[in-house]
Amino acid sequence: MRSDVTQFELTAPATLTEVLRRLADNPGRHTVLAGGTELMVALNTGRLATHSFLSIQHLRELRFIRETPDTIQIGAGATFTDIRGSKIICAELPLLAQSASWTGSVANQNRGTLGGNICNASPAADTPPALLAYDANVTLISAASMRELPYRDFHLGYKRTAMRSDELLHTITLPRIYAGHRQYIRKVGTRNAQAISKVALAAIALVEAGRIIDIRVGAASLADRPLRCTAAETVLIGQTIGGEGMEALVRKARAALAGEAEPIDDIRSTAKYRIAVGANLLEEFLRSL
Amino acid sequence: MPENSILGSSPLRKEGRAKVLGEAKYVDDLSLPGMWFGATVRSTIARGKIRKITFSQDVNWSEYAIVTASDVPGENTIVHLTRDHPCLAAEQVNHPEEPILLLAHPDKKALLAATAGVHIDYEELPGVFTIEESEAAVENGDTERIIWPGSDAGGTANCFKQYLMYSADAKDTEQGLALAFENADYIVQGEYSTGAQEQLYIENNGVIAECNKDADGRVTDVCVRGSMQCPYYLVHALTLVFGLPEEKCRVIQTETGGAFGGKEDFPSVIGSHAALLAMKCGHPVKITYDRAEDMAATTKRHPSRTRHRTAVSKDGKLLGGTIEFAIDGGAYATLSPVVLSRGTIHAPGPYKWPYLRVRAKAMATNVPPHGAFRGFGAPQSLFALERHMDKVAKVVGLTPEELRRRNFLSTGDCTATGQPLNDPVDMQKLLTRALEEHGYHEKLKRFAEENKHSSIKRGVGFATFMHGAGFTGSGERRLNSLVHVEVNADGRPNLLVSSTEFGQGTNTILCQVAAQALSLPYENISIAQPDTRVVPNSGPTVASRTAMIVGKLVERACKKLLTTLQDYASLPPQHTPGEFRKAAGFYVAEHGSLRSSVRYEPVKPIFWDDELYRGDAYPAYAWAVYVAEVAVDLNTYMATVTRFDALQEVGKVMHPVLAKGQVEGGVAQGIGYALYEKCVWKNGRMLNNQMTNYIMPTSADLPPIHVHFEEVPSAHGPGGAKGIGELPMDGPAPAILNAIENATGVAFHSIPLLPEDLFERFASFTERAHGGSEELDGSIDRDTRTEVDA
Ligand SMILES: Cc1cc2nc3c(=O)[nH]c(=O)nc-3n(C[C@H](O)[C@H](O)[C@H](O)COP(=O)(O)OP(=O)(O)OC[C@H]3O[C@@H](n4cnc5c(N)ncnc54)[C@H](O)[C@@H]3O)c2cc1C
Repeated sequence: MRSDVTQFELTAPATLTEVLRRLADNPGRHTVLAGGTELMVALNTGRLATHSFLSIQHLRELRFIRETPDTIQIGAGATFTDIRGSKIICAELPLLAQSASWTGSVANQNRGTLGGNICNASPAADTPPALLAYDANVTLISAASMRELPYRDFHLGYKRTAMRSDELLHTITLPRIYAGHRQYIRKVGTRNAQAISKVALAAIALVEAGRIIDIRVGAASLADRPLRCTAAETVLIGQTIGGEGMEALVRKARAALAGEAEPIDDIRSTAKYRIAVGANLLEEFLRSL
Repeated sequence: MPENSILGSSPLRKEGRAKVLGEAKYVDDLSLPGMWFGATVRSTIARGKIRKITFSQDVNWSEYAIVTASDVPGENTIVHLTRDHPCLAAEQVNHPEEPILLLAHPDKKALLAATAGVHIDYEELPGVFTIEESEAAVENGDTERIIWPGSDAGGTANCFKQYLMYSADAKDTEQGLALAFENADYIVQGEYSTGAQEQLYIENNGVIAECNKDADGRVTDVCVRGSMQCPYYLVHALTLVFGLPEEKCRVIQTETGGAFGGKEDFPSVIGSHAALLAMKCGHPVKITYDRAEDMAATTKRHPSRTRHRTAVSKDGKLLGGTIEFAIDGGAYATLSPVVLSRGTIHAPGPYKWPYLRVRAKAMATNVPPHGAFRGFGAPQSLFALERHMDKVAKVVGLTPEELRRRNFLSTGDCTATGQPLNDPVDMQKLLTRALEEHGYHEKLKRFAEENKHSSIKRGVGFATFMHGAGFTGSGERRLNSLVHVEVNADGRPNLLVSSTEFGQGTNTILCQVAAQALSLPYENISIAQPDTRVVPNSGPTVASRTAMIVGKLVERACKKLLTTLQDYASLPPQHTPGEFRKAAGFYVAEHGSLRSSVRYEPVKPIFWDDELYRGDAYPAYAWAVYVAEVAVDLNTYMATVTRFDALQEVGKVMHPVLAKGQVEGGVAQGIGYALYEKCVWKNGRMLNNQMTNYIMPTSADLPPIHVHFEEVPSAHGPGGAKGIGELPMDGPAPAILNAIENATGVAFHSIPLLPEDLFERFASFTERAHGGSEELDGSIDRDTRTEVDA
């Protein structure tokens, strides 16, 4: 442990309202702590910048999985274990269930939350590609207001999000429209378990009469934030799958993805590898349609 | 062997119950009254002169004990084979993370700010970080980059040690080689390299030290307890650091959570440090490293480079060969000369070489000293050889199997060091069985067909090799190991040895040997916790020597004990446990105690010439054939081992469950070595010193590992046993890379072989890759940014 824990303050306000009040009173002073599986790593290595924490782990009002006729709503405090174990998510949002199931270890999954995974805003995080492919919305809450925005607008840059310092992520909302879609997800990590993605791709597509009429692709580790691959989508939408133009289409889609990806060389992999494998995964998806 | 033989059965591990119940106490669980905590201030640069040490105003230094090189009462050295390695850097540092100053405080937390509050000013000097850079400095006469001066133990500038090994008389061999290369149908050359590997024991290095002083403040004695393999190595180190006789330096091994060689030489460093702090503050001092410090600052497997040049006839007979073997020793000599020695002797493998020359050297670089790691040089040179054999086969147009069959050593042949193989050796049979167990031939055919239509390419490959058990050459004679067996008043035998348990089964197998030799139940035998005040020096727990060498000593001591009881206490030749107890009780009442001691004696005469590097290199060898099946996914360029068969002849298998565990663990470690575990270095510093980015394979990455044994009893070990501990580390890497070549048709020569490396070779076969202009900078981690350092 390279931090002196006596130098940190941790409060567990009884209600969400109280958490929001404290955030509003001193914007930027506190950091919320959900499962802590990200923050504790930083604590251990002595790199935790802020010193005051508000725990939201115990707040039941953030830990839910609900269904409405048109949507599935997931509380920011839902754990990966909650998500993996949810029948409705497994049935209707298999990419999300799958990504939750290969996040960290079972112990991580028991504590780590969906909210923490999104708000930590790592470009390599596991659930964002699925949430991008499913076109999720996120609800942000503060003492003064509540607002909803498309998840694709949430990540602004490397570890930068649209969330204000007095705000919390409250709910992730996903439409229930994917019964007829083809769905694909693949994580290429440094190993088969306990791995951070070198590259990952989640994609959904609706193919009718051989034509792609709806497609969305989300990727991890291909840019400084979770990437919605709109250039590749644009190339593919409306196109015919199989048949003569397929090879050209695959090539165009690969090129589009390579064009919009901006990965880096880092301790886990190389930019070249990430782009090539990202393109290979996209191709694998397209050939499965 | 009697029918209900305890040797060859799998009784419960002696310390298993305590471990399972969480009762076993590791050093971090222990506390002594008034104990303080220690920390190490380390160099932030690779090489330079220490100009000034300043202490921050923000810390109340009067609360701390501070130790620098000038506090060392004896010699400022960590002794191994030479004395080049300082206990604490005094004027100059030669690698990143080199210890310069030690701090202790009653509150562990208070060490964080204090360590950060010590500022060290350097005059930086240029460093060398690879074998090639180190060689270049010597070749170019670049004195600025001569980072190690030489020694009186055979070292020269930048080179800790060199060996020149010939398969016979030097001149004859050179002549033979010249002819062989002239007459060869093919000359096959290849260069192979291996990377550093972290031992990654579960328990990090840690110790607690105590120090007593006389009225004048002079140190009278020290005691260090902790996680380690070789208590007497630490005793030796302490005698120099403190200028004390051996009996005043007591060392106690505590329960040790894994070692793999990583706790062979390193405890001498951390143990000396803690003892110095205890001396300074007058309290017991505990130092435990966290994972990041342990990975960054302690030893790893030596990186290596091997060059083969081989003369072959068109029918696949080896006519002659030269092998140039080089290892990267890091900044100080430590154990590099012995690692080099084992690597050199294993370099020719299990083959007949009419003429062979091996030239070997250990080079100095400005990285933390590399040290002992399971296999000890052999995995490096055997990787090269077994990849090269597949290459030779390809050139000659034979299968890898047939080429090896035409060149195997067998009973009666001489090894490359001139050692006659008098004990039976049957590599032909091992190879036949291993390939059969694996289904090798069937797969070879099937995969070739299936691969045509799949983006997942499958392949099979194997390696054939051996591993010498015990110390090299005259080593065992020099060690002169001693063991005692005593019988307590209650009639229960207790084994006194310095051999340590660190998860591999020492306690259990030695008790099995004693139970067998004494015809007593296993449960009646106990083994003492190694404490140098109590146990004799039976040598270090390394070199696959415990089962064979120490086991044999235990067996002999037990037989001697029985003779004593038969002669002086009327123990009948066939006794029951009750009769044994009675006779022992009688003897103890009469003589006060009952103890039997024996010293090492070679079972058969062993001849070894250190000058010529010829003779009986090891008392016995374990022989093995390992077969790997791999799948290479051309979408991700990931190679995965999908099945592994490990067949070995290790003499009598003493404890089948433990033996199987050793092999499975070694194979897993070998898979990590081959495909996953890469140390990322920058100016001599390991950047990925965390388990999240030093990628050790998990159970989800490992295939089913099938372990098979052939048992050919050996005269050298108890009940016919030979060594097994290191062997399984040697075979996996070459078998896997051979399989990858079989799967893809592409030959790779370096490990670790990561998906990125495969990609670089395959990219041209698939879609052209786009982008990727950034230079590789391992210090960046976009996910966590935790590695970004100054
Ligand atoms: C061993 C290990 C393995 C891991 N493996 C993976 C992996 O494979 N894949 C992966 O994606 N991640 C992995 N992680 C990272 C981590 O577990 C996940 O990112 C997890 O989702 C974090 O959730 P948490 O609730 O624990 O977040 P915390 O650590 O509590 O918080 C993380 C960040 O999010 C903020 N935050 C949390 N909840 C909210 C909220 N409701 N509103 C606003 N801000 C919030 C916090 O302030 C903090 O900045 C691993 C971590 C460890 C320790």
